[in-house]
Amino acid sequence: MAIVKNDTVIEQEWITVDAEGDLPASDENLIVPLARFKEQREDLIGRNGGLGVLLNPGDAPEDLADDLDRLSIITVNFPAYTDGRGYSYGRVLRERMGFKGELRAVGDVLRDQLLYMHRCGFDSYDLNVDGETALTKVRAALKEMSVYYQPTGDGRATAASLRERRANATGKAF
Amino acid sequence: MYRYDDFDRQLVEERTAQFREQVQRRLAGDITEEQFRPLRLMNGVYLQLHAYMLRVAIPYGTLRADQLRALGGIARKYDKGYGHFTTRQNIQYNWPKLDEIPDALLDLSKVEMHAIQTSGNCIRNTTTDQYAGAAADEIEDPRPYCELIRQWSTFHPEFTYLPRKFKIAVTGSPNDRAAVKVHDIGLRMHHNEAGETGFEVVVGGGLGRTPFVGKTVRDFIGKNDLFSYLEAILRVYNRFGRRDNKYKARIKILVHEEGIEKIRDLVEEEWAQIKDGSLRVSDEEIAQYVEQFAPPAFEDLSDDSPELALHKAEHRRFANWVQSNVIAHKQPGYAIANVSLKPIGGIPGDATDVQMELVADLSEKYSFGDVRVTHEQNLVLPHVKKADLFALWSELDAAGLGTGNLGYVTDIIACPGLDYCALATARSIPLSQRISERFGDMDRQHDIGELKIKISGCINACGHHHVGHIGILGLDKRGKEFYQITLGGDASENAAIGKIAGAGFSEAEVVDAIESLVTKYIDTRDPGERFIDTYRRVGMDPFKEVLYGDR
Repeated sequence: MAIVKNDTVIEQEWITVDAEGDLPASDENLIVPLARFKEQREDLIGRNGGLGVLLNPGDAPEDLADDLDRLSIITVNFPAYTDGRGYSYGRVLRERMGFKGELRAVGDVLRDQLLYMHRCGFDSYDLNVDGETALTKVRAALKEMSVYYQPTGDGRATAASLRERRANATGKAF
Repeated sequence: MYRYDDFDRQLVEERTAQFREQVQRRLAGDITEEQFRPLRLMNGVYLQLHAYMLRVAIPYGTLRADQLRALGGIARKYDKGYGHFTTRQNIQYNWPKLDEIPDALLDLSKVEMHAIQTSGNCIRNTTTDQYAGAAADEIEDPRPYCELIRQWSTFHPEFTYLPRKFKIAVTGSPNDRAAVKVHDIGLRMHHNEAGETGFEVVVGGGLGRTPFVGKTVRDFIGKNDLFSYLEAILRVYNRFGRRDNKYKARIKILVHEEGIEKIRDLVEEEWAQIKDGSLRVSDEEIAQYVEQFAPPAFEDLSDDSPELALHKAEHRRFANWVQSNVIAHKQPGYAIANVSLKPIGGIPGDATDVQMELVADLSEKYSFGDVRVTHEQNLVLPHVKKADLFALWSELDAAGLGTGNLGYVTDIIACPGLDYCALATARSIPLSQRISERFGDMDRQHDIGELKIKISGCINACGHHHVGHIGILGLDKRGKEFYQITLGGDASENAAIGKIAGAGFSEAEVVDAIESLVTKYIDTRDPGERFIDTYRRVGMDPFKEVLYGDR
């Protein structure tokens, strides 16, 4: 397992807890499934350590609207790469709700989906390979394509915006 | 017609290079077939019964002459000399070798074509009226919007792993030739009360095992807002569509289970939050795309053509072809010529390399180099001078492409069936050939008039049998093929799902059963009534009786 963020392999600094069971010591950094977060919200936000939430498919990121500035990280679970709900959660969190913390893809995270995840606002990826392989995969995936048609919150210029820019510069459409 | 600019070209070239590298990894054994599967599917490569199959996208069914010529070349170079045009206005090649597919894709990229998103749980090729830009009954050419949808949907990062595949169809005419009501999203252009042009948005139509006619989610969306509205629908579907059962994962099931009102609320709520965002398309940008599809340089002609009248009087087969295959054009003196890929006894939708190259040549000679593919698996030359129709037909006819049967009983839609398809439970092609032969006589076909027979070789309904006036579904019963007949289906603006007539027929019985239905119609019809009209008037019972008697 290796986590890649900002073109670097980073350490795992978070403990992801299950839906039930005892919580670790108060100064540990915790990631809590959304359902548990909603149940134990008061206890959790009173802790000393960092706080994050895990979204599973079917969860509503909107439930976090009042707490986004308390969360350092949101992890989104892709239980199988074919379950694409997490892409919508990423865009809603970043583009609509303005989440500025770390957005990490976990679960069945494979090379061929990384670019789409990045375009939907993810900035870290938990891959089931060693660090060097993970970094190689992320680097290759993020530069595999260079033309984008859809405006998303990732800041990449779309073909339409580049066409418009060129048309303004040359006075010629297309 | 739309031409790629450097952005479009670069995208396709990068994708082609990416897939070549993926194929190399597979051939070298670095990845398993299991791992390769999703990668090849995203590039239109299926594994069929006997071989790989490559499905090439023909965006909104529009081809330039050079593109059709290249499709013919690919049939010769990488396949057995033919290709198969599909009900989604695409083309399939049945016998490519995996190690050669990257080369075929490279050849395609040189004529601005690809196989992107012709498979997988993503937004598939957008289809439209094959007569777009030519039809006399059209409000506006829908293709500029189709091209914008093509771009918006290509590698959409959020919507590449949907619950299931997603198909969008657009019509710019009140007479729906694109079957928009049986698509995941159907868009029908019309005017609102203020006189503006926009789209009615229909969702949740579809065929397959659970057929539904789509329901209107919004009566009118303006052109500038179309793309944010589509995004809102897709986001609702991606988040809330079922993923627990692939047979219940299409948006039609979501609409059916939740109700159209609930879906409308969800979509409108989502749309309200994104409608003023960056997906709003300006009038200027739309105008640029409209300009790309500007009409060709038509000559100023009288609508009457003495040459046409003369040739029709002299050549009965030609006159019949004109009657069935030629459609009114909006430009005086021009006509829309349909090229039937349903020769009597032939394989529906198949064309040889030589035929494709010939139609490409003829399109340059007679139709401004413009060719269309129809969802009924025929080709169209959309802009032919009436005075040229006879010369065109003569050349088509010499190549086996002059059959005058458009919309007739032998113009059958059929899926590839058990001859090719790994999912099929029965053969479709041989049955369509036998029906075609049974009704092959041209006078008889003209007498019967419009009658749409559609054949699927399994419950997935690729042959659109649910919306055939007569639909045929091939099934397997204890190792024997048998065929279930449905009646009263319709893919037009009056869309309806056919009803099952009763017990299925054996392969030996089914052609006689079809003939008995046709005979009953002839005996029952009022003057001017089509089969579907008679069926609607008299209902199922008289037809059931000829099929089953007292059974």
